[in-house]
Amino acid sequence: MAVNFPNNVADGSKGFELKAASFTLPIIRLLDSDIEAVAARLGAKVEKAPDFFRNTPVVIDLSDFPSGAGPVGLPLLVGLLRGYGMIPFGVRGGNQEQNAAAEALELAILRDSYVRAGKSAANANSLESDAGTELEAEQLQPRSSGVSKGEPPPTRRVSTGSMVVARPVRSGQRVYASGGDLSIIAAVSSGAELMADGNIHVYGPLRGRALAGMNGNLDARIFCQDLQAELVSIAGHYRVSENIPAEMRGFPVQIFLDQKILRIEKL
Amino acid sequence: MARIIVITSGKGGVGKTTTAAALAMGLAQRGKRTVVIDFDVGLRNLDLIMGCERRVVYDFVNVINQEANLNQALIRDKRCDHLYVLPASQTRDKDALTKEGVGRILEELSQIYDFIVCDSPAGIEHGATMAMYFADDAVVVTNPEVSSVRDSDRMLGILSSKSRRAETNDEPIREFLLLTRYDPARVESGEMLSVEDVQEILSLNLLGIIPESKAVLTASNSGSPVILDRESDAGQAYGDMVARYLGEEVPHRFLHTEKKGFLSRLFRG
Repeated sequence: MAVNFPNNVADGSKGFELKAASFTLPIIRLLDSDIEAVAARLGAKVEKAPDFFRNTPVVIDLSDFPSGAGPVGLPLLVGLLRGYGMIPFGVRGGNQEQNAAAEALELAILRDSYVRAGKSAANANSLESDAGTELEAEQLQPRSSGVSKGEPPPTRRVSTGSMVVARPVRSGQRVYASGGDLSIIAAVSSGAELMADGNIHVYGPLRGRALAGMNGNLDARIFCQDLQAELVSIAGHYRVSENIPAEMRGFPVQIFLDQKILRIEKL
Repeated sequence: MARIIVITSGKGGVGKTTTAAALAMGLAQRGKRTVVIDFDVGLRNLDLIMGCERRVVYDFVNVINQEANLNQALIRDKRCDHLYVLPASQTRDKDALTKEGVGRILEELSQIYDFIVCDSPAGIEHGATMAMYFADDAVVVTNPEVSSVRDSDRMLGILSSKSRRAETNDEPIREFLLLTRYDPARVESGEMLSVEDVQEILSLNLLGIIPESKAVLTASNSGSPVILDRESDAGQAYGDMVARYLGEEVPHRFLHTEKKGFLSRLFRG
């Protein structure tokens, strides 16, 4: 798509010049909230052409995101894209809430006029056939083959504000504390998923995934008594089990962002 | 009112049907009026294990579709007067189980019996969710290996969120762990997860440990629940399990390899 900056009056000094320029960028058009399916598709795609995606700026297009599909999980998606070496820098077509989440992640909001400009540019330059828009042409759709149709969808409890769970969170369960902290006073099994807009506390072994600061809160933290997690993430900055230092495993730790770098510290 | 017990696991081949047959027979032998239902529509096995496969006329699906009444479909066990079997259909699939139909039959059986044992199919699809939906108690059958433990964990999650008790905010299902095919020798050599390893992940009320035993296969082939084989270690372990389920304090057995005596070492090397 093309990004057109308005022609600002150039500064008199020679220090810099302000100019407008158009760029062709790949767009990730998000069609579903199932980040895992997106991750799987994306992984396969990147594997085919790893060099193409390295340091490539991308725009996340939310205009076709179904409104009933739940939260976008922008922090996760951004973390995912960064993990594959892409540079997600902007969002377009989102609603107010999605834009707020994007702003919290310091993503640019590309306004509607840009969308239209982009679309007309796309038509004019036939960007759809351009290699740069391969992602757009193929569209990231969730994989449905692996999931049989009789399987119940993963359980998910949504509440507003802080949440305390006293029962074990089992494999396949998802608990989301929307707008607050999540405290678990039991074990979290591998294959379970904890999400919170605020902090996450686990008073038991944490073997599943924990994603704090889901709404982009960079100050969110994860506290746990026994770190054995598959994945930890704060506002989209994540680490998988493989990248969690072995000396931290099994210890009480806190996990937080320091200059946007995920840090794990023993308590 | 009957207590509805589901025997479940997620993973296949861990010993659900063997356990369902043993538990039902054990309860019936203690004078409890018991019925055991095969929910594995399309892949029925319980009738074979119970040795009543040649007496099946009507089945569970016939009763759901109101093509037969319960008394026509229930098969009385020849060894124990208190035990009845409701076999599954072999010619339908699991979609034939409707929530209303299953609920109606369980309600009807609840009036007459003390215990209803539901033998769940493997997986977490429709048949399995139907088997556990109305349960009061769940026996999660697990083998001491990682994939079985993970599947059990998944099943426990479904039990705590997709059952009638969860949906009506009733007291949650009582969950019990039953470790089957336990081989102390392989645990000691580190090839198999130990009871402690499994409990660390699942942390459940341990109902019993059934040792790996040739008696189980022999019993299945002869259509006689292994609990009737009081000579075998597996039969005794299932006997202990039934006692524990009914609230008796019984120490766990068969956790360690038997120390070979002097004579057996002499003669068997």
